[in-house]
Amino acid sequence: MQEFSLIHPASTRDALVAGAAQGAKFIAGGTDLLQLMKDNVESPARLVDLETLGLTDIEAGASGLRLGAMARMSDVAAHQAVQDDWPVISQALLASASPQIRNMGTIGGNLLQRTRCGYFRDTGFSCNKREPGTGCPAIGGENRMRAILGGSEHCIATHASDLAVALMALDATLELHGIGGSRRVPIAEFYRLPGNTPHIETVLHPGEMIGAVTVPRSAAARNSRYLKLRDRASFEFALVSVAVAMEMANGAIDDIRLAAGGVGTRPWRLPEVERSLHGKAPTDAILRDAAGRAGEHAQAARQNGFKQTLLRGAVLRALQTSVA
Amino acid sequence: MASIGQPIDRVDGHLKVTGRARYAAEFELPDVTYAVLVQSTIGAGEITGFDLARAKAMPGVLAIITPENAPKLSIKEGPQQVVRAPLLQDMRVHYNGQHVGVVVADTLDRAAAAASAVRVHYRREEPVTSMDAVLGQAYVPTRFRNGERPPDTRRGDPDGAFSAAAIRIEANYTTPVEHHNPMEPHATIARWEGDRLTVWTTTQGISAAQQSLATLFGIDRGKVHVLSPYLGGGFGSKGNTWPPAVIAAMAARMVDRPVKLVTTRAQMFTSNGYRPRTIQKLRFAADADGRLVAMRHDGFAQTSMPAVGEFAEPVGLATEMLYACPNVAVTHRLVALNAGLPTYMRAPGLASGNFALESAMDELAAALKMDPLEFRLRNYAEQDPHEKKPYASKALRACYQQGAELFGWARRSPEPRSMREGDVLIGWGMATSTYPTHRMPAKACVRLEADGHAVVQVGTQDIGTGTYTVMSQIAADALGLPLERIRCELGDSALPPAPISGGSMTVASVGPAVLAACQAVRDRLFEHTRAEPRFGLQNAPTDALRLEDAAVVGPEGRVGLAELLGSKGVEFVEAEGSAKAGEEHERYAMHSFGAQFAEVRFDPLIGQLRVSRFVGAFDGGRVMNAKTARSQLIGGIVYGLGMALLEETHVDGETGRIVNANVAEYLMPVNADVPDIQTILVANDERTSNPLGAKGIGELPMVGVAAAVANAVFHATGVRVRDLPIRIERLV
Repeated sequence: MQEFSLIHPASTRDALVAGAAQGAKFIAGGTDLLQLMKDNVESPARLVDLETLGLTDIEAGASGLRLGAMARMSDVAAHQAVQDDWPVISQALLASASPQIRNMGTIGGNLLQRTRCGYFRDTGFSCNKREPGTGCPAIGGENRMRAILGGSEHCIATHASDLAVALMALDATLELHGIGGSRRVPIAEFYRLPGNTPHIETVLHPGEMIGAVTVPRSAAARNSRYLKLRDRASFEFALVSVAVAMEMANGAIDDIRLAAGGVGTRPWRLPEVERSLHGKAPTDAILRDAAGRAGEHAQAARQNGFKQTLLRGAVLRALQTSVA
Repeated sequence: MASIGQPIDRVDGHLKVTGRARYAAEFELPDVTYAVLVQSTIGAGEITGFDLARAKAMPGVLAIITPENAPKLSIKEGPQQVVRAPLLQDMRVHYNGQHVGVVVADTLDRAAAAASAVRVHYRREEPVTSMDAVLGQAYVPTRFRNGERPPDTRRGDPDGAFSAAAIRIEANYTTPVEHHNPMEPHATIARWEGDRLTVWTTTQGISAAQQSLATLFGIDRGKVHVLSPYLGGGFGSKGNTWPPAVIAAMAARMVDRPVKLVTTRAQMFTSNGYRPRTIQKLRFAADADGRLVAMRHDGFAQTSMPAVGEFAEPVGLATEMLYACPNVAVTHRLVALNAGLPTYMRAPGLASGNFALESAMDELAAALKMDPLEFRLRNYAEQDPHEKKPYASKALRACYQQGAELFGWARRSPEPRSMREGDVLIGWGMATSTYPTHRMPAKACVRLEADGHAVVQVGTQDIGTGTYTVMSQIAADALGLPLERIRCELGDSALPPAPISGGSMTVASVGPAVLAACQAVRDRLFEHTRAEPRFGLQNAPTDALRLEDAAVVGPEGRVGLAELLGSKGVEFVEAEGSAKAGEEHERYAMHSFGAQFAEVRFDPLIGQLRVSRFVGAFDGGRVMNAKTARSQLIGGIVYGLGMALLEETHVDGETGRIVNANVAEYLMPVNADVPDIQTILVANDERTSNPLGAKGIGELPMVGVAAAVANAVFHATGVRVRDLPIRIERLV
């Protein structure tokens, strides 16, 4: 870890000013950033602590849910309205990390956590995401946990957040604050594909921060769930995960949203599956056919081809559970 | 009441849970400095130079030690436990993550920052990282089992018998590189006072560490003082004197201040050994009645390049002796890779070898259409078929019977995929466990005070298994005192020497020495008693006297310790005891045994594989403490579950660098992975193996777990997985 200065801003405005400086980084719960700093993957000269700004509100209103960026993962997961009306969010959070980490980790920080790719997290390896242009040893190396969707010849790192998968399915929107003003970005447009710039992961401008996440209220969100598959029963990142929200009307699927984690370089919506289900009665044959379309354009590396099979199984199980 | 055998709480439990038990890194020394290792980022080659300017200029930096300025060590002679490389003695790089330097600074953070600013220039060579690619260059180990036995053994004509046999299986099994990952990292504080060295270090062998350090620094053994009062687990990773401890002492000499060196979790993956990858080729055959006629077990294990050292994983040891088979061949070969030196890891050889052996036994049982347990009983060895000696004791039949009964094995439906609950496939599998009973010489000193308190001193160490407790129990019973009157002192090289805490031999080795010291104290007290006429016991035969409640008690009266010692004008009686194996080790084969039963559940649609139930029944000889023993058994089974399903160190093929050097991605079981585990210790009251009758239970419970799980997976799914860990991609 390199020496850094720590700033406790008095207001969001102060935080944005401090965060706009060269070499500055925001720190929320610190559960990921501190690890990266200890491993010299990140070496910010200045840390702007968001702890003092509040931003911890969890508000469930008529139009939807609003989560402050600094709300703790454990608080959101345990919130009654979240559990009742957006259960996929609570389930995704509870499937993440460990209780200790969830007590520290925040909503904004969770969405901005970096990939778990071992090549990225060790400065002894080359990595295009960490040091652009140095190469991606994961593509020909240890890639069992890497992405099968959205990769490029420069990077196949998987996006690690469970929460982002749930928010993707629910069409959440992020409120971003910058020194030049605030804007709202749908989560579907927030994460970038690696392409030839894998080090740029989101549309956040330098110095911009997440202020809040809003999630619309819907009947589908009320009937939503998260299925996470992993080798270890707990405290592990997903091999494959699926968030599903479904609303039935007159015996047919009226509203269906599906997103997957562990398979993509960003949280991955599954429109091909949604399309084949919309308006249909959820017979076993229809569900199987739809699940079989998940990850159609997957590109496997040497060790991760099974993720496509697993993804289809997970989608089918999640759909079967949703209509049961 | 005798305390041996009872479920007694750990005597150090309270200290540990309240944080008052001090571990190596927790000793506070004035003026201490901090050392952080610098490690190579190439897999093979030569260091051509260091760029230290930036690091040297950083605040608080006291010294940067590299092969260019490191003191020369005497690395030629020394005990087996000394690891001779990498000790910053030359510029060669033999593996990725090798120590190439160390930075010392006034705070840990400053040392870490400066360590990351050190630039190393290399001339790179192509590292050898794959066993499979160089299997043709496998060679015979140079000192297999320290030269105590040949690497290859054979009885009968296994190849001829195989060719002629009715039922044959031929299969290759692999086990991966695994790391011990004890909770406590490798840690040392080193302090020089003139030419005297004191180290607080986390080691499974204080005596070996003392000898190793004395050798390396060219000083008398008596000038090295090693302290290791508590360990946060070792599992074999703290058996050797690994380079970080030596480098800490080297650094302390360079800066002339105490130095603390604690490895990071990532550094532990290249600092203190690992279980090497193995490839095992088995050819087993049986006759139509299910009698084994041929067993051939050819084991290949990775080791490091010879300049780093050699470690030969002994995978074939159980194959030689576990079943009554007339034709058996076992071979051991090594494959050198650009990797660190492997080492002992809980149940070395047996854990890896037994996975292959007991999987092959299951395959043969399936080929015979015979119940796997029945197949093992049909080939039960009544005497050791390898050593051709009777067993000191063998209650394996009772393990099979009681384990099967508790598990409900008789209700197993034989066909694979025949047991299910809804969509979930259920599988039941079993395996045999065994581990040799070792014993090494040990000494102990016991002092009994006039007030009825006793101190036991022995230079062993408690690696977390309960040594403080069990040694206290042995002394309490032998001296007729309640347990709370015993204080046990361990973990200090100034105490009477004892062997390394490994090989499941601590109770068998150290316990008899403590017992002998107590008996010597007792004999002296009896002598005093009989010598003094006013106690009225001068004619009492020795066997009519006993120690009880701080008194010598005879047929016609008793004399309190205070009075007895007062009559001699002393305040305590002290005696040393020593103990070692006798000729019984020539006459008998000594092993502990067990039977493992696993239930797995597999959800095929989502590839979810979990162990849902586990029963282990063990013959570990006489039980010292039912509570710490049960903890050992459960812990060993959990360790085995990790081996079966999760643990694997991923090595990048291109660079030889470990990709998952952390405990987020190096998976070990968490509570949610551990099912209901039931354990049985079958009755065995033999005293042939050693005076206490303890055959060892530290490693036994993990042997066979991986095979039992793999066999259950086969029963559940019909898929035979021969490579550990069992990954769901093999099943979906």
